[in-house]
Amino acid sequence: MSLGTAIAQNLPALQVVLPLLAAPVCLLLGRGRAAWAWATLVAWLGLLISLALLLQVSDGSVLRYAFGGWAAPWGIEYVVDRLAAMVLLIVSLIGALVLSYARHSVDAEIDADRQPLFYTLLLLCLAGLLGIVITGDAFNLFVLLEVSSLSTYALISLGRNRRALTAAYQYLVMGTIGATFYIIGVGLLYMVTGTLNMADLAQRLPELAHLRTVKTAFAFISVGLALKLAMFPLHLWLPNAYTYAPSVVSAFLAATATKVALYAMIRMFYTVFGAPFSFGTMHVEWLILPLAAAAIFIASVVAVFQHDIKRMLAYSSVAQIGYMLLGLGMVNLTGLTASLLHLFNHALMKGALFLALGAVVYRIGSTNIERMGGIAREMPWTMAAFVVGGLSLIGVPLTVGFVSKWYLLLGAMENGWWPLVILILATSLIAVVYVWRVVEAAYFRARPAGSAPVSEAPLTLLVPIWLLALANVYLGIHTRPLIGLAGSAAADLLGVGP
Amino acid sequence: MELLGQYNYWVVFFLMMTGFYVVIARGNLVAKIVGLNIFQTSVFLLYISMGKVSGGTAPIVADPGSLYSNPLPHVLILTAIVVGVATTALGLALVVRIKEAYGTVEEDEIYAQDDPPHGSAPALAQGSETATADSAGEARR
Repeated sequence: MSLGTAIAQNLPALQVVLPLLAAPVCLLLGRGRAAWAWATLVAWLGLLISLALLLQVSDGSVLRYAFGGWAAPWGIEYVVDRLAAMVLLIVSLIGALVLSYARHSVDAEIDADRQPLFYTLLLLCLAGLLGIVITGDAFNLFVLLEVSSLSTYALISLGRNRRALTAAYQYLVMGTIGATFYIIGVGLLYMVTGTLNMADLAQRLPELAHLRTVKTAFAFISVGLALKLAMFPLHLWLPNAYTYAPSVVSAFLAATATKVALYAMIRMFYTVFGAPFSFGTMHVEWLILPLAAAAIFIASVVAVFQHDIKRMLAYSSVAQIGYMLLGLGMVNLTGLTASLLHLFNHALMKGALFLALGAVVYRIGSTNIERMGGIAREMPWTMAAFVVGGLSLIGVPLTVGFVSKWYLLLGAMENGWWPLVILILATSLIAVVYVWRVVEAAYFRARPAGSAPVSEAPLTLLVPIWLLALANVYLGIHTRPLIGLAGSAAADLLGVGP
Repeated sequence: MELLGQYNYWVVFFLMMTGFYVVIARGNLVAKIVGLNIFQTSVFLLYISMGKVSGGTAPIVADPGSLYSNPLPHVLILTAIVVGVATTALGLALVVRIKEAYGTVEEDEIYAQDDPPHGSAPALAQGSETATADSAGEARR
């Protein structure tokens, strides 16, 4: 067997194993550029692997990979379908761009002797997130969730402000409670079914659906994952964590971590428990919908009153997660498509916004709105990218944000839920307000007195920012491929044809 | 009698709620980690309980016909224990760093340092926030 075919056959494993094994190598490479270059190379290879996987499953086939040759349901199985391939693509894309961007930003924000550790943690986090998406085993999901979470806690604590420590601690406590809730749920499922394989669970659960154990398991898993994905009102860890983490970490987490937890929730609801149980018996949508609506409204309003732009974007993230949950709670094809589209698109827009803010921090060392006054005259390209990301966040036509909000509106109308239609439109207007505050400060105010003149961010920061900003526009104009992918992934989940 | 027969599950739920309560109610950061540990330990017991087969021995198969407990939950919990140890280590490491940065491990005292209770002008606090934050960051180096 040649090396080429060996790689091709083991792609699903390589997607996770490559960054996992590459992570400790960063430590051995020591201080200097080598650790960064290595981590970036691995992240780009990961992107290539996820593209190859997407091509393999784009026709609707499902790739199953038995780890170590142990056939499922005994061994751990990796499963790639269109939904998984789509989420793998966005996570590895953000990973590759964020790592390319990281060099200067990390030099400025993290002590040189901690940098190899930083890249080790970032790769571990990436490996964990990719693993959550690709695994077909409920317990393996827990392990990978903890791999990504533990590295995330450490990454957040590397922020310059001492509040990063308390933010990391708070997230550690809430994240561990979330993961433990999940594992209690999985334990209860194992108790009644004797299996941990998701496909096997899906087969055995329908006939056991009347058992209280299964219902309890469902409740534990839902709450556990809701904590991890920062579902309102379990989002309290998120604003501090995003605000005080290093810029690169904020961008990476905002674009990937909560999305992957949402993916895990969708997997559990649709693939493991099945839509008839989750929505027919348990009516989880009546829990999700009001909380999602509250998240969208309250978090958007809170975002308007933030002085720190990073914190503003963090609250906006809570609101955007609300949109995704809203789509999930509609329990129709359009709503689920909107949810998956927004999962993908929100990663693109928040990635661009947080990276642009990272460039601002690189130059002026702050994201306080007062200190950012007039910054657009000195950093025109950075702030232009911020505006593109902001427009996408609002949902202006010709950006990806419009596509997902449009589908969300269609889904709400399909169910005849007019109050929700109004809510989506009204909260988009609130988004206009909070994005405008930044634009007003950056473009129309004078630089604060006594601030040193700054120059545009270096090209190594600008290129990844603009790649993401342009992706927002490009996929907002050429909408067909993404809608096709999200639509077919949603149809797979609902089991309604291609 | 059935309720008493499932005493191990009563222990599990007692530990679970005790740990959960400690995490929520205690303001001391170390106590919270202890609570988190108790909470996680209850889950270990839950898994081990469900793997037990009445009259079964430890799952070391000497004679193929012997009755033994389900070994899979043991293996799973071995993994979960490792995760729990890692979480505890990281949590305590964070507490050490917090103690260095704030000089206390009591939650309310930490928040009082970062967000001074009302009395000081909020506008002033906002303006100087980044400056103090940066100097605090410098001080930590």
